[in-house]
Amino acid sequence: MKMRAALLGAVAVMGLAPAAFAERGTDGEVKLTFPQAVSIMNPYLTGGTKDIYASSMVLEPLVGLDPQGVMVPKLVTEIPTKENGGISEDMTSITWKLIPDLKWSDGTPVTADDAVFTWQYCTHPEGGCSQATKFEGIASVEAVDPQTIKVTFNGPKANPYTAFVSALSPVLQKKQFEACLGAAAPTCTDANNMPIGTGPFKVTGFTVNDTVSMAMNENYRDPAKPAFASAVIKGGGDAEGSARAVMETGEFDYAWNTQIPPDTQASMLAAGKGQFVVAFGTLVERIEMNMTDPSAELPEGERATAKHPHPILSDIKVRTALSMAIDRSVLVEVGYGAGGKPTCNVIPAPDDWASDNTACLTQDMEGAKKLLDEAGWTDSDGDGIRDKDGKKLHLLYQSTVNPIRQDFQALVKDWWTELGVEVELKAIDPGVFFGGDPGSPDTFQKFYADVEMYANNSDSPDPEVYLGQYQCKNAPSPETQWQGENINRFCNPDYDKLYAELGGVTDVAKRQEIAKKLNDMVTKDSMVVVPLVHRGTLSAHSNSLGGVQINAWDSEMWNVADWFRVK
Amino acid sequence: MTDATPAPQTAAPPKPASAAREIWQQFRTHKGALFGLIVLSCLILFVLVGPLLWDPPQRLSDTIRMKNQGPSLKAPFGTDQLGRDMLLRMMQAGRVSLAVGLVAMTIAIVFGTLIGTLAGYFRRLDGPLMRLTDMFLALPLIPLLLVMVMLFRDRIASLIGPELGAFTLIVFAIGITSWMATARIVRGEVLTLKEREYVLAARSIGSRPNRIIRRHILPNVVSPVMVAATLGVAEAIITESVLSFLGLGFPPDFPTWGRLLYDGLQYMQVYPERVVWPGVAISLTVLSVNYIGDGLRDALDPRIRGR
Repeated sequence: MKMRAALLGAVAVMGLAPAAFAERGTDGEVKLTFPQAVSIMNPYLTGGTKDIYASSMVLEPLVGLDPQGVMVPKLVTEIPTKENGGISEDMTSITWKLIPDLKWSDGTPVTADDAVFTWQYCTHPEGGCSQATKFEGIASVEAVDPQTIKVTFNGPKANPYTAFVSALSPVLQKKQFEACLGAAAPTCTDANNMPIGTGPFKVTGFTVNDTVSMAMNENYRDPAKPAFASAVIKGGGDAEGSARAVMETGEFDYAWNTQIPPDTQASMLAAGKGQFVVAFGTLVERIEMNMTDPSAELPEGERATAKHPHPILSDIKVRTALSMAIDRSVLVEVGYGAGGKPTCNVIPAPDDWASDNTACLTQDMEGAKKLLDEAGWTDSDGDGIRDKDGKKLHLLYQSTVNPIRQDFQALVKDWWTELGVEVELKAIDPGVFFGGDPGSPDTFQKFYADVEMYANNSDSPDPEVYLGQYQCKNAPSPETQWQGENINRFCNPDYDKLYAELGGVTDVAKRQEIAKKLNDMVTKDSMVVVPLVHRGTLSAHSNSLGGVQINAWDSEMWNVADWFRVK
Repeated sequence: MTDATPAPQTAAPPKPASAAREIWQQFRTHKGALFGLIVLSCLILFVLVGPLLWDPPQRLSDTIRMKNQGPSLKAPFGTDQLGRDMLLRMMQAGRVSLAVGLVAMTIAIVFGTLIGTLAGYFRRLDGPLMRLTDMFLALPLIPLLLVMVMLFRDRIASLIGPELGAFTLIVFAIGITSWMATARIVRGEVLTLKEREYVLAARSIGSRPNRIIRRHILPNVVSPVMVAATLGVAEAIITESVLSFLGLGFPPDFPTWGRLLYDGLQYMQVYPERVVWPGVAISLTVLSVNYIGDGLRDALDPRIRGR
């Protein structure tokens, strides 16, 4: 009933839109459904992908990224490079030129001051901006003239395309957010819920954690777009329900994040009303090996810290054997179908950045057994479980509560059991596992287990920040309140050295080469991270919705202005 | 012949019917209860003896090729998304679910009856014990269970192994949080019973409280306790599935009916039988236990018996 009321409301809004525009707004309403409801429309105050995607229909960055990870100008005339003089010779500044006569949806002109303000807004010390990393290393943002924005860095910046690039850092209107700096940011409910933007749509109604209604922006820079007169995003429910609403009942045109099992995908496709699209970003489901001893017998504070190396997994032969015993193609078939592919890399995409490491793709049970024999783990008492110096080869394998992960756990346990490893499984509520509460023993950072499985990805096509997590200093420990991204407590001085080198290299081909080397160091050279499946984000759109180009590097709605109704 | 053989007793007086026999006679007249007893026995037999007779391949590397099959002669209940035989999984899961239900119920009943009797019989204990009951009633059940599981799981698991540890903890946790209703009911009954003439008579001849409770009071509160117990079994099975759902129950490779139901949920549209089997099993158990409880109450109540 609620949804129906919301839809009727949206239709009413649509009816009010003036019919004067010939090409723009001729295709009626586009309806989207998100399994998680939108709670705020300001991407600087949220970590939720749902919120960032929803706001990307209203707020725009200077440049976006296309499905190949290549930059496309949105509010600027061209991409600044060294060649066209947009980036200074010493790599310390970048200059953006705004498109002339650009207007906000309220009709006022967009100026360089708005970008300057956006930088101040997100870097305000009391603000708690979620996308602060995008503005890291920036000394100043100035308005040279109303059309020109100059970003100056603290030093030479190898990758200057961070601020104002992609849906994570759009430009805010200074006039609207002026009073919302710093600690006042979350209190500006009106501005945060109904931001004025330059995108193809503007917010007309917003029910927190339920529905966003939008109407086309009359001041959008392309007079022929958007084709839709209005848009509505309905949130809530689950992945399966969303997928069904698009694929079977046809209530919605687009469903984001419809992660459902392969069999269900096939049966929904058979209804013939829509199709699934997969965005392959860098999300990799992996098994992380604990390099430190998580034994409960160790005193709290020393448990799972670098003081005590892991008694079993410190041996690279054991880690390699465990990886060799896994048949990744079976995992993909069972868990993801079209939404995944086997991988051996932590950085599986974009193609130019991915290493050609494919050795792990074929399962080699015999080779794995041999490796364990060599490592001294043999089944001396004939109970089917290998042992060494009176210690059983026993591993605690934890993950989150999730049907696909439990299937993976069962399969991997089966292979490892064949290898002669005794495996104990544990599944933890995802809220606790990823919650990061230093008081809980079950967080993925604390890693009170021998191996654990989850998925992680890089936010940008350039994986510099992402690769930084495997530096020695990032290991979680009691001293850091168990925060830190180096979950494995992997520590290799060569890695740290090479990583430091990456920060100074500006040539893209050279950067790619170093990134591949770093990727290999944590995967095939050390087997500390055992990648399993390269996962895509599965979304669904109806056959009557045209122009969809799924995108893993920017918002999936990055080209919503080009969407149209197939007639 | 002087030493005559004793004449065979032909006219022995009819043996007085034993209490148990009388209860059984009465129980038999309750059709639903009898049916419940048969169904429950079949279920117990199914989970205990079944796995001995039914032995499909269990290694996943062998079964994975036969995944997602419908019911057939080779797999009467079909196979799941990893090719595991559903019939076998139902039996294994049933062992755990039934054991959890029965043991947790026993704990709750013993504890509840103890508290209820003490509170009802001894005036001085009444206040403190009933306030304790109120306190437990006021505690939110799920958060309490979560905290208990989080605090003690690893410690118990390291003592007696993860599976038995989880069983002990879950059974204890469920038992310890579901005795309150029983305690309330029993206390009320005891309060009225202890003013009855036969109890007063027993007291007047100097019987000790513990004898009065055992001989005169407990047999009379059996019927409400039985009803509470049957409801408890069902509740325990369901609470266990809630815990498994939240990832705090048994290790994930340890099937229970609740977990099978949860696992089958996402396949409900394509393979509805995945949720039907565990759903039917849970419903049958709960229903038959309830009927048995109903029959037992009638059979144990001397006022109804004989009517």
